[in-house]
Amino acid sequence: MEALIFWIVAVGVTVSAIAVVANRNPVASALCLATSFIFLAIAFLSLQAFFLAMVQVIVYAGAVMVLFLFIIMLLDLKAEEKRSISWGKLALLIVLLVVPLAVFQQIAGEVNEETEVLSWSENQSSLGVKELGEALFQEYLLPFEATAVLLLIATIGVVILSQRQATPKNHAKGSETS
Amino acid sequence: MNPLTDITLAHYLGLSAILFMIGVTGVLIRRNVLIIYMCLEMMLNAANLALVSFDRFQDTGGSGQILVFFIITVAAAEVAVGLALIVALYRKLQKTDIAQLAGLKF
Repeated sequence: MEALIFWIVAVGVTVSAIAVVANRNPVASALCLATSFIFLAIAFLSLQAFFLAMVQVIVYAGAVMVLFLFIIMLLDLKAEEKRSISWGKLALLIVLLVVPLAVFQQIAGEVNEETEVLSWSENQSSLGVKELGEALFQEYLLPFEATAVLLLIATIGVVILSQRQATPKNHAKGSETS
Repeated sequence: MNPLTDITLAHYLGLSAILFMIGVTGVLIRRNVLIIYMCLEMMLNAANLALVSFDRFQDTGGSGQILVFFIITVAAAEVAVGLALIVALYRKLQKTDIAQLAGLKF
């Protein structure tokens, strides 16, 4: 059963990730990216990281993808769709994929010697929401608070970046459109 | 040990490596800033997958999952800032092609 889920996830993630790179239409790319995020969430589920699977769906497939789609709609990306795929670059893609996999095959052989196969019932390191929350608020309290500051700074930065400049030229342009 | 039916750590690491390499390829061959940004997200996700599978197969006491949690938080903040930068650039230049955005001063 674990093997079946793994192979479904592997094929799904790989195909949708390649589709992100190969697609001409940015909206289609974004939707393929969302698909690969959801497949990764399934992989997290089969790795018994239930909380992270939910966070993956909510934050990545939800919030981040909505942001991407908004920006794609906001920008005019018609020229991108007309460009054709260059075959030289596709060849580069294949080389880039095959060479590291050949190297990886060696490493994987060595890792395989050391690790055993874990089945679903072997509940080795099941980390529920409760345990995760306790770890976050006790052992990792300082980094947790630091991320709060980081998010605040990011929010302020986004607001400052996305406001219109107050220079006379841009100001005139802004008042025309609004 | 049958590699098709017995899923080990190496399988998940391999999937993570493939996903990361697709992301690298996308960053290298695509010209649109937005698509490059999506491929960056894909690479972050590949790293997340490797961390979660290490947490499952080696006894790390859940620190792998905590790290992934922080990575997701930082990635969300990073996406917001990066997309705001792209919008600011587009508003100034009306371009999203990195070949035309090669300079630092606009």
